[in-house]
Amino acid sequence: SVAICSENGGLVASKEDCSMYHKEKSIQIKNSASALYNNLGVLRIAPRRLTYFTVVHANVVNMISASWDGLNYSHRQLQSKEPNVATSTSLIMQAAFCALPSRDLLVVTSQKGIQMYESDGSIMVYWHALDTPETPTEQAVFARGISAVWENYICVGVSSGAILVFDVPSKGSNITLSEVLEEHKESITDMASECSGSQECIANLVTADDEGNLCVWKSGEEFQLLNKIPGFDMSCSSVKLWKGTVVAGYGTGQIRLYEAVTGILHAEVNAHARWIYSLDIAPFSGLLLSAAEDSLVRVWHLTMTPETNSVEVAHLHNECVTDTQICGAKFCDGDGYAFAVTGYDLSEIIRYVQS
Amino acid sequence: MSSRTLPLLFINLGGEMLYILDQRLRAQNIPADKAKKVMNDIITTMFNKKFLEELFKPQELYSKKALRTVFDRLAHASIMRLNQASMDKLYDLMTMAFKYQVLLCPRPKDILLVSFNHMDAIKDFVKDTPSILSQVDETYRQLIEMYTPLSSGEFQLIRQTLLIFFQDMHIRVSIFLKDKVQNSNGRFVLPTSGSVPHGTQVPGLIRIFSCTGEELTRQQFNNGGNYNAALREGSFEIFGDRVTKLGTNMYSVSRPVETHMSGTSKNSAQHTKVSAAPNPLAKEELNLLARLMGGLEVEKPGNTDSVSLHVIPDELSYGVINIQATKDQQANAELAKIMGEFTESGDQSPGASSKGDDLLAMMDGL
Repeated sequence: SVAICSENGGLVASKEDCSMYHKEKSIQIKNSASALYNNLGVLRIAPRRLTYFTVVHANVVNMISASWDGLNYSHRQLQSKEPNVATSTSLIMQAAFCALPSRDLLVVTSQKGIQMYESDGSIMVYWHALDTPETPTEQAVFARGISAVWENYICVGVSSGAILVFDVPSKGSNITLSEVLEEHKESITDMASECSGSQECIANLVTADDEGNLCVWKSGEEFQLLNKIPGFDMSCSSVKLWKGTVVAGYGTGQIRLYEAVTGILHAEVNAHARWIYSLDIAPFSGLLLSAAEDSLVRVWHLTMTPETNSVEVAHLHNECVTDTQICGAKFCDGDGYAFAVTGYDLSEIIRYVQS
Repeated sequence: MSSRTLPLLFINLGGEMLYILDQRLRAQNIPADKAKKVMNDIITTMFNKKFLEELFKPQELYSKKALRTVFDRLAHASIMRLNQASMDKLYDLMTMAFKYQVLLCPRPKDILLVSFNHMDAIKDFVKDTPSILSQVDETYRQLIEMYTPLSSGEFQLIRQTLLIFFQDMHIRVSIFLKDKVQNSNGRFVLPTSGSVPHGTQVPGLIRIFSCTGEELTRQQFNNGGNYNAALREGSFEIFGDRVTKLGTNMYSVSRPVETHMSGTSKNSAQHTKVSAAPNPLAKEELNLLARLMGGLEVEKPGNTDSVSLHVIPDELSYGVINIQATKDQQANAELAKIMGEFTESGDQSPGASSKGDDLLAMMDGL
């Protein structure tokens, strides 16, 4: 079907060319975003009508609290934690919000370990140190890949391929390391979950590594490995899980959709001309956001038809952030009405809203 | 992050430095034998066996300050003399050039091809001197041994580590502005056109598969750019066509371009303020590579036949800076002043607490 609409004074014939989103006022941040995968955290706090954003710059997390009316912005910076015997700087690999049914936490992973804060960044409630060697080894040591899982778990990946499972009480700082999952052999890049605290899912966690291998898990006192989807020697830098489907973004610029439990490949998209740095899904509408080093952010629509066990992928929109290698892109709400973008060397969070 | 970043940073920055010095030596009509001596002496120092051994050890990336000192010493490893301002400009030019190459690399692994382009050019500079040539060949072997087995993800980690080093550097460079690869705000142009990287398909295709693996449908979408298929892959061997032009000599004879620096005042944050405050952690780093650099014996002529070089600022900046021909002693004193914190023994073992303080100071400077 073809729709005719005007764009920039002209007439275009394709549905895709209509400006589905337009740019809104950017949020300025204290320093520029570093080139790290998934370098944007977003937490929507409806009761207080504000949204938190996090952007990592080297050894600092920039936190911005933005009120929905656009009138109030407050900034905070969190430093990576050093152990007492400081041997080198500790660069932060990722900062992400973990929304559990009982509480929200901000998790920050670095070369030295894992810090967990109350979601406003005010208090650090937990610190887990990684085993860092006295002298640097060829294999880098760091934590990367963060996800809240089910009711009370937070999972974090490590450069060795291990996944640390933390048990989080509904309040307080009595967080404990519940399990270490050792299935991946390469550095963890990203992980994602669905069905936290609500309906029962067969699989509720997917983890990805630097060789493109994907592991699908079911959470519990002992996490159960349901499936391993082999990679093709190309890093999977960003991964999402939605309606039992894994959506994975790779360094080749490709996006692949797999049925999580069986590993069946549903769809393959030659999506970007460069390494993908971020994927996000708006769960209520099935909108998919992808962003890469090629300066492009793309919006897609996913349709799952369980009866025929099929998937449809439709491309809806492109946004070009001129001369910028994008490192973070996330929807600001569950419907995908708005999304935010960060780029390497850029000191702002660019926002787009549906027209 | 990646503990394998420093060799690539050093070799590529060194390569850019040699390109610029070579161009300056020609532009200032320095006699061929002197020019050759300058280049040979610097290359010999760069590829000194003991120095490279230290360089290739797994380690965190040096701070900008610490690395700058290594290059200060490298630049002075010959009969050539540069004053502080020229050294500043040289370093800015080197770092912006490598930042450009890292950013524009289609794949992270292509940084290795860029490194080989620099190595190929260095080899050409010393092709008539077998002793130095063998040092260069040995370095090729070390690079191949260390880097060719790495995965794409590990190369991306190296690239991300380099990009943190180059974060927020937006110094405008005449040759880049002229070629329209850099905007007037100092940011590089990233085209949404051209060949896709090796291993990547041109964006635009959506394929849907059945449960048995057959393709059900394919559709095209508008990729918003103007891409073509990937070029053939460059060679990762000692000899070969690297395919990419990144890392080749921008200042070569066929391109008569001045090595100007323009509008440097805009981003003064990047001018390394030679801080009076001692920084023991940086000191400790300097002790290793820089000390190895400084301790290397380079044959100097009996008479102080030094070559003074300057890197000309263009008419937009604040007047021409001339170098006074300095004698060796004065140059050494200058170096000694920069590294004034060193004691006679040169052996520093700062206490744990002072290390911590300076760690914080270094982190502030990041």
